[in-house]
Amino acid sequence: MAMEVTQILLNAQSVDGAVRKHAEDNLKQFQEQNLPSFLLSLAGELANEEKPAESRKLAGLILKNALDAKEQHRKYEFVQRWLALDPSVKGQIKNCLIKTLSSPSHDARSTASQVIAKVAGIELPQKQWPELIGTLLSNIQQLPAHTKQATLETLGYICEEVSPEAVEQDNVNQILTAVVQGMNASEVNNDVRLAATRALYNALGFAQANFSNDMERDYIMRVVCEATLSPEVKIRQAAFECLVAISSTYYEKLAPYIHDIFNITAKAVKEDEEPVALQAIEFWSSICDEEIDILEEYGSDFTGDSEVPCYYFIKQALPVLVPLLLETLLKQEEDQDQDEGAWNIAMAGGTCLGLVARTVGDDIVPLVMPFIELNITKPDWRQREAATYAFGSILEGPSPEKLVPLVNVALNFMLSALMKDPSNHVKDTTAWTLGRMFEFLHGSMLETPIITPANCQQIVTVLLQSMKDVPNVAEKACGALYFLAQGYEDMGPSPSPLTPFFQDILQALYAVTRREDAGESRLRTAAYETLNEVVRCSTDDTSPMVMQLVPHIMMELHQTLEAHKLSTDEREKQNELQGLLCGCLQVIIQKLGSSEATKYVFLQYADQMMALFLRVFSCRSATAHEEAMLAIGALAYATGSGFEKYMSEFYRYLEMGLQNFEDYQVCAITVGVVGDLCRALEDKILPYCDAIMTQLLKDLSSNQLHRSVKPPIFSCFGDIALAIGENFEKYLVYAMPMLQSAAELSAHTSGADDDMTEYTNSLRNGILEAYSGIFQGFKGSPKTQLLMPYAPHILQFLDSLYMEKEMDDVVTKTAIGVLGDLADTLGSNAGPLIQQAISSKDFLNECLSSDDHMIKESAEWAKLAINRAISI
Amino acid sequence: MAPPDHRRPFKRPTISDQQRRRELSLLRQAQNRLDAQQRARCLASTVLSLEAPEPGPGPEPEPVLELELASESEYHVEEEEEGDSRSPSKEFDVRQASKLRGAEARKWFARQLMLPEWMIDVPDRLSQDWYVFARPSGKRCFVVSSNGITVSRLRNGSVLHRFPSALPGGARTRDVSGSAQSYSILDCIFHEIDQMYYVIDMVCWRGYSLYDCTAEFRFFWSNSKLNESGACDPPSQNHRYRFSLVPIYNCDENGLHAAYTGAVTYIKDGLLFYNKQAHYQTGNTPLALVWKDEKCSQYVIDTDSKGNVPRLQQVVLELQEDLKLITSDDPPVVFGCLDNDLVQKVQFAYSPTNLPFLVSLSHACTHAFIHTCVHTYTHVRISSCSIIGSNASYLWFYIKFEIELLFHPLPVRPMHRISLEVCYW
Repeated sequence: MAMEVTQILLNAQSVDGAVRKHAEDNLKQFQEQNLPSFLLSLAGELANEEKPAESRKLAGLILKNALDAKEQHRKYEFVQRWLALDPSVKGQIKNCLIKTLSSPSHDARSTASQVIAKVAGIELPQKQWPELIGTLLSNIQQLPAHTKQATLETLGYICEEVSPEAVEQDNVNQILTAVVQGMNASEVNNDVRLAATRALYNALGFAQANFSNDMERDYIMRVVCEATLSPEVKIRQAAFECLVAISSTYYEKLAPYIHDIFNITAKAVKEDEEPVALQAIEFWSSICDEEIDILEEYGSDFTGDSEVPCYYFIKQALPVLVPLLLETLLKQEEDQDQDEGAWNIAMAGGTCLGLVARTVGDDIVPLVMPFIELNITKPDWRQREAATYAFGSILEGPSPEKLVPLVNVALNFMLSALMKDPSNHVKDTTAWTLGRMFEFLHGSMLETPIITPANCQQIVTVLLQSMKDVPNVAEKACGALYFLAQGYEDMGPSPSPLTPFFQDILQALYAVTRREDAGESRLRTAAYETLNEVVRCSTDDTSPMVMQLVPHIMMELHQTLEAHKLSTDEREKQNELQGLLCGCLQVIIQKLGSSEATKYVFLQYADQMMALFLRVFSCRSATAHEEAMLAIGALAYATGSGFEKYMSEFYRYLEMGLQNFEDYQVCAITVGVVGDLCRALEDKILPYCDAIMTQLLKDLSSNQLHRSVKPPIFSCFGDIALAIGENFEKYLVYAMPMLQSAAELSAHTSGADDDMTEYTNSLRNGILEAYSGIFQGFKGSPKTQLLMPYAPHILQFLDSLYMEKEMDDVVTKTAIGVLGDLADTLGSNAGPLIQQAISSKDFLNECLSSDDHMIKESAEWAKLAINRAISI
Repeated sequence: MAPPDHRRPFKRPTISDQQRRRELSLLRQAQNRLDAQQRARCLASTVLSLEAPEPGPGPEPEPVLELELASESEYHVEEEEEGDSRSPSKEFDVRQASKLRGAEARKWFARQLMLPEWMIDVPDRLSQDWYVFARPSGKRCFVVSSNGITVSRLRNGSVLHRFPSALPGGARTRDVSGSAQSYSILDCIFHEIDQMYYVIDMVCWRGYSLYDCTAEFRFFWSNSKLNESGACDPPSQNHRYRFSLVPIYNCDENGLHAAYTGAVTYIKDGLLFYNKQAHYQTGNTPLALVWKDEKCSQYVIDTDSKGNVPRLQQVVLELQEDLKLITSDDPPVVFGCLDNDLVQKVQFAYSPTNLPFLVSLSHACTHAFIHTCVHTYTHVRISSCSIIGSNASYLWFYIKFEIELLFHPLPVRPMHRISLEVCYW
């Protein structure tokens, strides 16, 4: 058997497809026939020093994949499956794994480390495998070095895998001691020291207690700082990564070390190799993130009592930090503007400079201006580009009072540079800088406009001209136009200053989308995005021009549907284009459909448009489906009850969307469209409700569907009930128990992390919106009594939400509204029940005195309804 | 080399437009759901209010209807028509009407305000069923925001201002919920001194009608909605005039005291009383009442050059097409109705010296007035009456009369000091 496994594993990596396929089938069969024996032989293979490295590694990977999966439901399944295994089998597997950590083969050790972490991820939260940490720690005391290295790596993976609560503080202390020892300069083996440094990165989240203790923290910080000076570049990089993680996790503990860290990072930025220098810059970016968050959270009333104090590290470091960052801007790479994934020291430095500007505001301006003035006219493109980049970087953060005079001077220079500078790099950055000017310093909120009737025409002319430049420059010019248009979005009813150029702008953008090279530098996407924004921000006087655009976009979409016999690559591009075109139509529908003046003319296109969208559904592309679905939702909303005529044809695609578990975004969007349809068609949606409800109920019970779609499905129940009123009766028996069990599940959040709390709140909101819609739907019907049996549970749910105290504002608002809906619909019949509920007193009173006006409003409404229910 | 996961290359866009479209759609859907929900709740509350017990019978004066004048039946007919137009089709009417221009628009809007009657009696259950607030002094107007513009129209339907505002649909901004539905109608008083629109009632909000909602609900709604819309913010480019709510009190002793004597940011012009159960009804209604005296209004009474109140007060009456005789107060008081014959005569020959006619007119007026005030006042004597002008359809009468009133104390203390000796009509 064992021999056979080795061969199968080797065959599974064969270059011969048939052999590979056969081996994979064998493995699958083996797993299905006898899982314990399958896993055991994989562990045995991994641990066996006599086996080939390839088969050992694959055995380990298959073992790992049998313990974990990306999809939530499969992961859960695997965890249960492992926990149910015979303890003796598990014991043997674990022994094999631990043993492998001492293997001379690096691959085998490394694979075993990862598998151990997965097993730990399952067992430690269950309080199983208590001896694991002890065993590993005793490994570290032993020689040889490679065992030590693998064990430290394992500890790191374990810390990554399990949450801090699953590990006892004693064990945490021991892990940290071992890890920090391994990092120490006295550790001569670089592999061990590197593994220890990387392990510390993962273990930092466990070190809350240790970071609160001055001595322990001093020690950890000293070791980390020493590691940044290691002769080995990978160790230096890993040590800086630790510093970055510390800066965000333990910001409030950094004050005693910040001076030293500055010196270390400055040296690294100036002298060290790029991967290290990037991390050193990242440290300061991360400090900016922290301080921006703190200052934003407390706004202007920042006091000594605030939870996390702001130490103004950036402000203090400013005079030395800014010159350091400005130097990095001169280290551009030749092709960084063409390469989408590019990241280098100049880009990181600019990004950090932008964050510094947001952190300190006005103070950065005098430090940066001399650099700009010195370099902006230099013959070397690097200097001109760096100067422009520096200017663009500081446009967010400082006050308009400080910036507007500078921008007024710079604007003309930039416009002319965009036309005349010989360097594409400079033009790229110049167009981007113009975009930043418009993004942050142009709009109705600003008192002194930088764009005036005098220069508006020139700006538009230059941007439209620049849109004919090379793709990366044209893309940035589109971006600048995007913000130029956006700045006029809150204009009064008077014609927009862009009106005189509107036709030219639309034509230019449309021309860009049709450029041969529009596929480069995401130019086509940028052009459509800008077109969308220009349409969104347009005023009524230009709607005839938007209207003229409709047949063009529809024709483009039509052409994509006519193209046949495409290669995979071409098809992908075609689908992307369909997505963009559907997106553009969606924006136009929303715009022209929202004004009575244009709606009726526009809706003449509805039939044709709908036919195109339906054809898009026959192409297999999730993105295009999603966009078409969104567009249809907008169309249904604009059309109102007239949408009924499309339903018979559209319905099957709606159902397809609701069944699309794989591309859950499509499913989620489709659920939203059901809501649109309910509001557009009202009771005319009734004929489709049986099928829709069946599908929605299926979706809810599926563990394959991404969980984020489930709250909107509940909300959708409410939409349906509100649309069809008492006809919802027949679904009560299915929907109510579903809601009830979800409600029970979501009533308690204790111990959950932020993500889980957020999800729970969105689930609660969905459930409550369902109740709300159902109550209001039944209101005034003779069948309201059918809801009586559910009232006690719903009130209980509200009470438990109130007791739990972990609702966000949205849930609070919806919850108190449901209380009102219940009282409103059930009236005096529910009076005694309501009076017993805590919600109707304490919760209601709390909401009535809420600062949040939405909550207060719902509460006042609920009070009105309750008073009536009780008094009648 | 790739940037750290959470660090976006600086020159790349923050979020994709697709994500933006997705979010804007979700926002629109959430807003539509909220609207649908609130519409449901609002309609529901109307049903509730119908079930609620009607305010006790008898207290509301129904003066005009009691008049035994020739045109009584006509008047009834009109009342009913107006009543009918309050049905759901009203919403549509308003939107249609916002497209009317010129004279037609003036004519339509002139009929849309709810007009209070004079408080000449104390309604039963005043303290339980009524609200009171100090009426701001200024121009009563109907403020309609829709299609990106806000228009205020005076009682006669003419435009006061045309301006952008933060009301729903009141300015040309990008509103995610933005749709044709997004229009609102407010009942306001424009207060000249601080250029402020004081909102005294809300008729439509974000496209749904509050006509059929109780005053209780309408006030609650305006209280919560107006602030949220930003209409109460200081003026800005897209929001030329500031709106403000008036403090509304329950009509108990404290509330009355507060409304009557409390300091407000505006110049007071009397007190308005609204029945909590009353729907918004165009034209005169006994479910809204106005009180004025020298303490709470500067317009209550004429004084001579020395500041003394003359025994005789003067009033100009307007004869409307429908033969109703109204004062030019705001709100106007329907003084009575004239019969057709009388008007015919006037059309043929009127002159200040045509004494027989004037006598008969005086009689008609006196008759009407006595009926109007039958519960309260004992003596009304018209001392003189003259016509000051007319055209094909209007007659302006200049009537001097003297009224002797019974002292009529209101049942609550702050009002005790009011002794009405002379009515200002």
